[in-house]
Amino acid sequence: MHAFQYHRPSSSKDALALAGQKSEGRYLAGGQSLVQAMKLRLSSPSDLIDLGTIKELAGIKVTGGALEIGAMTRHAEVAGSSDVRKAIPSLAAMAALIGDRQVRHMGTIGGSLANSDPAADYPAAVLALNATINTNKRKIPGDQFFKGLYETALEPGELITSVTFQAPKRGAYMKFRNPASRFALVGVYVADFGGGNVRVGVTGAGASAFRQAEMEKALSSKFAPEAVASIKVKPDGLNNDLHASPEYRAHLITVMAKRAVEAALK
Amino acid sequence: MSTSLIGARVARKEDYRFLTGTGQYTDDVALPRQTFAAFVRSPHAHAVVRKVSTEKASKAPGVLAVYTGADLAAAKVGGLPCGWLITDVNGNPMKEPPYPPLAQGKVRHVGERVAVVIAETQAQARDAAELIEVDYQPLPAVVDAAQAARGQALHEIAPDNTCYVWALGDRNAVDAAFAKAAHVTKLDFVNNRLIPNAIEPRSANATYSRADDSYTLYVASQNPHVERLLMTAFVLGLPESKVRVVAPDVGGGFGSKIFLYPEDVVVTWASRQLARPVKWTSDRSEAFVSDAHGRDHVTTAELALDKEGKFLAMRVRTTANLGAYLSTFSSCVPTILYATLLAGQYTTPLIHCEVTAVFTNTTPVDAYRGAGRPEATYVVERLVETAAREMKIDPAELRRKNFIRQFPYQTPVALCYDTGNYDATLDAAMKIADVDHFRDRREQSLRRGKYRGLGYACYIEACGIAPSNVAGSLGARAGLFEAGEIRVHPTGTVTVFTGSHAHGQGHETTFAQVVADRLGLGMDQVEIVHGDTSKVLFGMGTYGSRSIAVGGTAIVKALDKVIAKGRKIAAHLLEASEADIEYDRGEFKVAGTDRKKTFGEVAFAAYVPHNYPLDKLEPGLNENAFYDPANFTFPAGSYVCEVEVDRDTGAAQIVAFTAVDDFGKVINPMIVEGQVHGGLAQGIGQALTEMCAYDGDGQLVSGSLADYCIPRASDLPLFKVDTRETPCTHNPLGVKGCGEAGAIGAPAAVMNAITDALGVKDVPMPATAQNVWRAMHRSA
Repeated sequence: MHAFQYHRPSSSKDALALAGQKSEGRYLAGGQSLVQAMKLRLSSPSDLIDLGTIKELAGIKVTGGALEIGAMTRHAEVAGSSDVRKAIPSLAAMAALIGDRQVRHMGTIGGSLANSDPAADYPAAVLALNATINTNKRKIPGDQFFKGLYETALEPGELITSVTFQAPKRGAYMKFRNPASRFALVGVYVADFGGGNVRVGVTGAGASAFRQAEMEKALSSKFAPEAVASIKVKPDGLNNDLHASPEYRAHLITVMAKRAVEAALK
Repeated sequence: MSTSLIGARVARKEDYRFLTGTGQYTDDVALPRQTFAAFVRSPHAHAVVRKVSTEKASKAPGVLAVYTGADLAAAKVGGLPCGWLITDVNGNPMKEPPYPPLAQGKVRHVGERVAVVIAETQAQARDAAELIEVDYQPLPAVVDAAQAARGQALHEIAPDNTCYVWALGDRNAVDAAFAKAAHVTKLDFVNNRLIPNAIEPRSANATYSRADDSYTLYVASQNPHVERLLMTAFVLGLPESKVRVVAPDVGGGFGSKIFLYPEDVVVTWASRQLARPVKWTSDRSEAFVSDAHGRDHVTTAELALDKEGKFLAMRVRTTANLGAYLSTFSSCVPTILYATLLAGQYTTPLIHCEVTAVFTNTTPVDAYRGAGRPEATYVVERLVETAAREMKIDPAELRRKNFIRQFPYQTPVALCYDTGNYDATLDAAMKIADVDHFRDRREQSLRRGKYRGLGYACYIEACGIAPSNVAGSLGARAGLFEAGEIRVHPTGTVTVFTGSHAHGQGHETTFAQVVADRLGLGMDQVEIVHGDTSKVLFGMGTYGSRSIAVGGTAIVKALDKVIAKGRKIAAHLLEASEADIEYDRGEFKVAGTDRKKTFGEVAFAAYVPHNYPLDKLEPGLNENAFYDPANFTFPAGSYVCEVEVDRDTGAAQIVAFTAVDDFGKVINPMIVEGQVHGGLAQGIGQALTEMCAYDGDGQLVSGSLADYCIPRASDLPLFKVDTRETPCTHNPLGVKGCGEAGAIGAPAAVMNAITDALGVKDVPMPATAQNVWRAMHRSA
């Protein structure tokens, strides 16, 4: 790890001001990706602006059919929240599957989304649950947030403050893990909002999370496992690595979608 | 003491410090005026090193020195030696290219050391290392072992990248037997390369004293005496008497800490240049590219059978990937420790094995838990199981048709098994695994969308390495005896010095049980000391499951000398004839009387010899012994694995695993079970999860724990383990060794189960979900 300056602002305003002054600085949320990269000397920010003590960035609120989760809310809090369990049980269940116990108690939803790791779990939820990413400047529709490998719609210095999820009638997330890292080789989040409105978010399979239109269409006419079981996903453009070829990932999207629908119906 | 300590589940003495964080590992050793080393490593698999610019680094804060290969060459620091000479099929010695501690002119694998920076702090050393500019001219990389002969040469001495072609057995007789066979089973497979990953990374901390021109090296090593011998005699040209090597607590080795490594040499040499202690501790990323890897064979194997299923002959062709350089024992692993095990538990009368060992632009490969024997077991047990399926004979039955039952048994591949009972372990394993009801379980699994399979492995290994004369005739450049010393203190407590080294095995408990049992003392009266060349008179270290069989026997021999001398002292004290003195559980007694002296009284008399036969007997009670084994020991066992395969994803889960081993006499069953569990975990890791992969440019793709999957507890079933005992016939404890068995037997059992589940002939190891899915779809 290279040397860096550490800051701990107590408000978003101070954090933004610091970010404005330190062009080579980075926000530090849960540090579960950034600190690893720094330890490997792959990332060397001049300054770390720790968001951990900014109260307004953490917390969970339920308003009507929506659930707003503060950017600095830890995965374990989402997994354990009775509000989340009641409003969107599939989201609480998904948060409980992220990383390991240590990661869940440090990692945050805002940090995860800003990083946009292609194999992270939250991006699938953002797409399937028609979420809005709230920042200090604007509200970004989930569908417009992920731009590519580790790329998002965020501008330099822009800070995620919270994420608003729409509560579906039913939903579920199914993840096939990379055996080593336990990240998603393929993760599929299926959400049925009723009235033929079904959204399917896929993570792990592409450069960033994406929606699967063919499955959404099939599930909109019939929300049942067999509606997706025979859909052959095209492997073009899917990730290729040591653990899974595009063909295998394409196959897993179908299997995980089918299982997610089964779970949603239980 | 009324009950024997042999066979007792004594809690491990060493666990207090390990579990409370008070162990002392090499990195914990902090010396006055400590400095820190950081190595600059090659990012290329194969390149000419045109220039190494060190000026900026030399001027960086805290930097004390920067050295390159040129500095070491100028100081006449030698290359690292290989400890085993293999003679090829034409009678020529293997090709031994130079292995300089820091690259000279060329780099040959990613992670090879090009330069070292030594600074006041570790952070300063690492920061400065980034300032070293190396001008590389990349060359085409040789990665695929099977194609190595056609690739660009790594070393001048081996233009075809071949270290040796070696063979064992009668080729013509084997070919003739195949020509007459009723059935031939043939398999082509890769025994996958593994990356060891001991939990404690390698570490070395060297210090030099101008006062007496001596060195002390603390190092995470499995065999400090061998480390010293190789470093002083072959690399640095120093008298051994001037170098003390200490291997303190060591957090796992699995073979990877047997070898002399370049970093050890560099910090030792540098400690004298700077007259300050120099420490280097590997990080996990460095460990992946610089610790010697394991396995990596490409094999074609054939088994010839008659129509009843009797084995007639076996023919094996293996290409072994040695990596870029010859690591310390690399040459003997795919030869002496491999081909000699191909008889397995069977009476196969004719075996021929040819091994082509090649250099590639990959990290050097050397012994890793099992070392050659897992590869041999994989060949034999995959062939046998496949033959049974092809001939529609029950796999257990086919094994029984061919079991060796007469001992001693001379195999056609140079070993002589002293004892064993293969029916006993197979019977027990099948009973515990409830093989009789497997079909019911298979049907239940199918109803849940899972394919269930059952696989056996009946392995043998040659442990207790090794009879030195045999090893010498096969090319070993070192003796393979072990030494032990018993120091009885005046108060009657005992310190035992052993040349074996514990790095997780629990020797401080097991060896103390042997000593306490034999002397009739309490466990708390016996202390085991190991891992320091200045304390232990000599040693060859721990590998090849040799510690109890060879190291333990040396201790027993020294104990016998202590008791023999004690009888002389007691005879004097009791005014009896030495012939009448018996030693029984801590007491020297005059036979047939109640006259006796305790062990403590005799020890006291030896050191306070007021009433002592000084004209006939030296005072003191301190004995040492060397032991060179008469033969290898032959642990064997039967494993039964059951897997379930998810038919949609290909993910395989081990749902039951039974291991029944014959380790001869068991000293501490709890420790032995722990060894079996750990070995099984590593064997299952090889079979299911541990995928080492290089890309075509020689970059290690699986270079971190985020990609290289070591099995977690949740990947493993609750093991069912048991033992059967046929005591070894040629050592006094009747012991055989247990450290490697699980890693040797498990891969074949798992792969036999997976291929059974799918009804396919083969699945590549590791059987990751993707590999299994592909195998399912190939067969569909």
